[in-house]
Amino acid sequence: MKEKKKIGSKIFMALMMIFFYAPIVYIIIFSFNSSRSLTHLDGFSLRWYEKMFSDRTMMQSIVYTIVIAVLATIISTIVGTITSIGLSKSKPILKKTVEQINNLPIMNPEIVTAIGLLMFFSALGAKKGFVTLLLAHIMFCIPYVMLSVMPKLRSLDANLADAAMDLGATPFQALTKVIVPQIMPGIVSGALIAFTMSFDDFIISYFVTGNGVSNISILVYTMSKRVNPSINALSTLVIFIITVALIIVNVIPIIKQKKEKRTR
Amino acid sequence: MNQFKRMAYPYVAWIAVMILAPMLMIVMYAFIEKGNDVTTFRFTISNFTKFFSDKVYIDVLYRSLYVAILTTIICLLIGYPTAYIISRAKPKHRTWLVLMITFPTWINMLVRTYAWLGILQDNGIVNTILGLFGIGTVKIIYTNFAVILGMVYNFVPFMILQIYSSLEKMDKSYIEAASDLGANKYQCFWRITFPMSLPGVISGITLVFLPAVSSFFIPKLLGGGQYVLIGNVIETQFLTAGNWSFGSAISLIMAIIIMISLYITRKLDTDPAAAKGGA
Repeated sequence: MKEKKKIGSKIFMALMMIFFYAPIVYIIIFSFNSSRSLTHLDGFSLRWYEKMFSDRTMMQSIVYTIVIAVLATIISTIVGTITSIGLSKSKPILKKTVEQINNLPIMNPEIVTAIGLLMFFSALGAKKGFVTLLLAHIMFCIPYVMLSVMPKLRSLDANLADAAMDLGATPFQALTKVIVPQIMPGIVSGALIAFTMSFDDFIISYFVTGNGVSNISILVYTMSKRVNPSINALSTLVIFIITVALIIVNVIPIIKQKKEKRTR
Repeated sequence: MNQFKRMAYPYVAWIAVMILAPMLMIVMYAFIEKGNDVTTFRFTISNFTKFFSDKVYIDVLYRSLYVAILTTIICLLIGYPTAYIISRAKPKHRTWLVLMITFPTWINMLVRTYAWLGILQDNGIVNTILGLFGIGTVKIIYTNFAVILGMVYNFVPFMILQIYSSLEKMDKSYIEAASDLGANKYQCFWRITFPMSLPGVISGITLVFLPAVSSFFIPKLLGGGQYVLIGNVIETQFLTAGNWSFGSAISLIMAIIIMISLYITRKLDTDPAAAKGGA
């Protein structure tokens, strides 16, 4: 009976994994297809990669995506961390209010946030493009950074900074040498979330950008209306970048740990 | 300490401008119309009456809710067993399984949705496999089924991870105690495990329903041009029709519907019977 159940759950999990990975595998395989078809394999070729690398809009969108994601991650991580530390010493009412407002972009459907920003930027007379895109990304990334930093601060001893300053540290030193190292795991995971949020974003970007500035998601959306196998090549590249990033993020801490063990 | 407090002030100004101001603009646009020569702006509810008096929009609203609710139910039905099986696996396997579920969510949603486009084509791989079994071409792409499949595919990991984390946190000794006291497997699950995982189920439902009801690129890619959900109507109003007031009113209606449904699901969570299990 128990064996039967185990087999049943194994089959179920296998089906789930097929469901999750079939489209990903499919896209990778068809990116090497030699014909235009999205349904029939006609042989191996790299022509869609060549096409992608020679396509200026495609390469630009990749660059925009990465530049925006990196800038948004750096800025939102710094601002989010500074704000979280500030709030942890502020009155509870201020903290509560900020948390509630932070929840708006998290809990609202993205399209609502997107149209709000669209109208806001046009009311300001801002030219839609790189700057509006970056501002929007910073806006929706900071709340996620704070969500991952705040709990770490809560579990921190409230007198830690005071103790450091009593021992002669300047407030800045207390911050950078005592508080920040303690909450580092929260900051790192916040930065990671911010990066993926920005890298993957479609809806908000789609509404706030303009003047030919588009990221990978927008490009896929606008190009997928016609059959275009270079999207498969682009997608495979995205999958590759994410996989490498994930491996680096997961493997580096393990290597570090091992090194630390050795030096001890 | 005061020097640290000040560190939060710039962000307070930032959210006032970048979060609150845009939200206010949606409300303003929804209720204001261009006036005559005397007054430049007028208060109006015409955008809302326009929505509710037109059968086309009511149908869209109905279809969006139908698709979102169905998606949520399917996600729950396949997500719960998945989370349950993972939580019962060996610790070593567990980390791997969670990673395998999480990994696809790191890949761009557009890319993953686009992938289904080829698979579901009339001469795509699904129909080829069906053909092997002697089943003729089934129209999948640009149907209800394709849209719901795309949504389940994109959103079910959220459900699985939420339920898994609440199952994992659960103290296993409750189950041991229950079975020591004579409960069978069925009773153990429905009386102990399931009620205790309810918080995860609730947040899973939230995380699926919210993007499902407002989604607009999944219906556009997999549903074809004619398949319209409320998100598509908002997109059209802003990017093609240029009627911001009407678009704002529709997104307000959508936001209110979402708030009501979140309130109802939360209410379920604080239900006395559920609370007892979750305590």
